[in-house]
Amino acid sequence: MSTIRQDSAATDGIRQEPGAPDGLHQDPTAADRVRQAPAAADTPRRPVLAVSGLEVHHGLRRRRRRVLADVTLDIAAGETLGLIGETGSGKSTFARAVLGLVHVSAGSISVDGEDVTGYNARQWRALRRRGVVQYVFQDPLRSLDPDLTVEDSLTEPLLLAGTDRRTAAGRARDLLTRVRLPHELLTRLPGELSGGQRQRVAVARALATEPRLLLLDEPVSALDSANRVHILEILKELRAAGVALVFISHDLGSVAGVADRVAVLHRGELVETGPVADVIRAPRHPYTRLLVGSAPTLHTPAASRSERAALRAQLAL
Amino acid sequence: MTILSPKTAVPPAAAPADLPRAADPAPAPTGPPLLVLDDVHIRDRAGGRDIVRGVGFELTPGKTVGIVGESGSGKTLTCRAALGILPPHFEVDRGSIAIDGTDIATLTPRQWTDLRGATISAVFQDPASYLNPSIKVGAQIAEVVRVKQGLGRRAARHRALDLMAAVQLRDPELVHGQYPFELSGGMLQRVLIAAAIAAGPRILIADEATTALDVTVQAEILDLLADLRERTGLALVVVSHDLAVVAQLCDEVLVMRDGKVVEQGPTETVLHTPRHAYTRLLIDEHESYGLDRFLAPREAA
Repeated sequence: MSTIRQDSAATDGIRQEPGAPDGLHQDPTAADRVRQAPAAADTPRRPVLAVSGLEVHHGLRRRRRRVLADVTLDIAAGETLGLIGETGSGKSTFARAVLGLVHVSAGSISVDGEDVTGYNARQWRALRRRGVVQYVFQDPLRSLDPDLTVEDSLTEPLLLAGTDRRTAAGRARDLLTRVRLPHELLTRLPGELSGGQRQRVAVARALATEPRLLLLDEPVSALDSANRVHILEILKELRAAGVALVFISHDLGSVAGVADRVAVLHRGELVETGPVADVIRAPRHPYTRLLVGSAPTLHTPAASRSERAALRAQLAL
Repeated sequence: MTILSPKTAVPPAAAPADLPRAADPAPAPTGPPLLVLDDVHIRDRAGGRDIVRGVGFELTPGKTVGIVGESGSGKTLTCRAALGILPPHFEVDRGSIAIDGTDIATLTPRQWTDLRGATISAVFQDPASYLNPSIKVGAQIAEVVRVKQGLGRRAARHRALDLMAAVQLRDPELVHGQYPFELSGGMLQRVLIAAAIAAGPRILIADEATTALDVTVQAEILDLLADLRERTGLALVVVSHDLAVVAQLCDEVLVMRDGKVVEQGPTETVLHTPRHAYTRLLIDEHESYGLDRFLAPREAA
C-alpha cells in the first residue's frame, strides 16, 4: 500500500503545476504515471476501484455544465480514501458514477479489475446485485426500506444473490454482531431505532454481500459523538478485513481519523491527493489550505483569521 | 425574524450606523455584565418536570460564552429563555435572568419588544425559515431598521446596504434585490446576521448558526462574528454541538448534558483539564479522530 501512496503523491505534483493541462489523458507523462500506479507496486494487488479521466455533465444543451472534470483515482483493497468536497464539488456524483447511476461523458471506471465504463443498464444492475460495490447514505432512512424489519433488510440482498433463507437468517445475526448491535433488534422497523442504530444497520446491510468496495456518503454527519465513534471503529475493522472504503464528506476533520489517503474535490476537479497526514500538515493547493484552516479544532487552528481571508480572496470564494 | 419584527419606534442610543466598514480599533470593551443567568431552571409544565436544571453565567461586552451539548441537552431552551421566547407551557421556574441589569421577569411585553433587536438579538440554524420567501431580502433587512429605528424608506435602504456590506456579502446591491431561494445557505445566514445586528444589539445569540453549512462557510461566519465582536464590542453566546466550534471563539465554555451543566470554566481550562467524563469524550473524539490528531497541541495558557 505504501507504494500506492507514494504514487498518489507523485500525481499530486502534476496537479500542482500551474497551467497543467486539464485532461490527464492529454498529457502522456501524467497518464503514464497514473497508469503505472498499481503496476509499479511490488504487490501484485490490482486496485479495487480505478477511475481515470472521469468526466460527468449534468443538464442538456445550454444548461449543460461539467460536474466532474478529469478525475483520476485508485483505491486498493484495505485502503480507506477520504473524498473531501463541499456542496456542489461533485463528490456525490463521483459515487453515483461508480455505481452506474449517472451518465459518464468521458474517462473510464474499473471495479475489481473489470472495466465497467461501457456497461448498459442491465449489466450495471447485475453488477450492483452482485454486491461487489455497496453504498451507504448520510440518512440511513434512505438506505433502509421503512416497511422492512431489520432482519428483512439484512437478508434481502442475500436472498437476491441466491442464498437460502436459513443461511441468510444466520448471516443477518452475524452482521448485527459485526456492527455491535444486539440481536433483538432483528424484528424492529427502521423507525423504531435511534439514528445511530439505523446507521449501523445500514452499514450491516451494505456488508451483507461481502463488498470489495464500500462507498459512504457523509456516514457520520448526522450522528452525535458516541455514535460517530462507533461507526468509525466499525470502518476501521472493515479496512483491516481488506474492504476498500471511500469515505465521502465535506469535513476533512470527520475522515482524518480513519482515512489513509485523502482526495480533495473542488468545483468538480481533484485539486489534491495524498496521505492524510501530509495533506493536513502541509496542504499544497490553496483550496486545501482553506479547508484545513477552516476545520474547527480544539487546539491552534491551522490558519489564522487573516490567512483564511487571504485564501478566500485568492480562490474568489 | 420573529424576535426582530415587533413594532416599536425607539431608536437605540448611539446606533452604530457606521459599525460595519469602519476599521477603527474599538476600545477594549469591558464593563458591567450585559447578560446574567443565575441558576436558571426551566420547567415543562405539560410534562411536569424541569428540562433545564441550573444554568448560570455572566456575559460582559466583547466576550463570548459557549454552550456545548447534544440535541435535547437544554442549550436551545436556555437561549430562548434569555430571549423571552420560550415555547408554550415552558417557564423559568427558578433562578433569574438579567439583561443589562434588568431582571427579565419584570419586563412587560412592550419592554420586551424594545429590548429585542436593540439590546439582545439572535440567529438560528436554518436561516431560510426565518425569511419570508416571497419578499426580497433587502426589503426584509430594511423593515427591521424602519421599525426599530424609525428610518424612512430611502434611509432604510441605505442602511440595509451598509449592513449587507458589513456581513461581507459580496455584491450588496445585487443581493438586496434577490429572493431567499436565490441565495446559498451561507449567504442566507449572513442576511440573517445583518438583520439581527441591524438595530445595534449589544448581545447576539448564535444558536447552531453554522451547523448546516459547509466547513469553509462555517469558518467564514465564525470569523464574521469574531470581527463584529472586536469592532463593536458585541457580546456573543455561541451554541453548538461541536466543542471545537466553541473552542475557537469562546472565552468561557459550558458543557450541558440532560439539562445540567456538567462542566464550566475558561475554555483553556476545560480543554486542558476536563473533569467530567462527557467533556473528556468530546475532547477524545477530536483528538483521536479529528484534525487535532495531526496538528500541534495548543500551548499551555
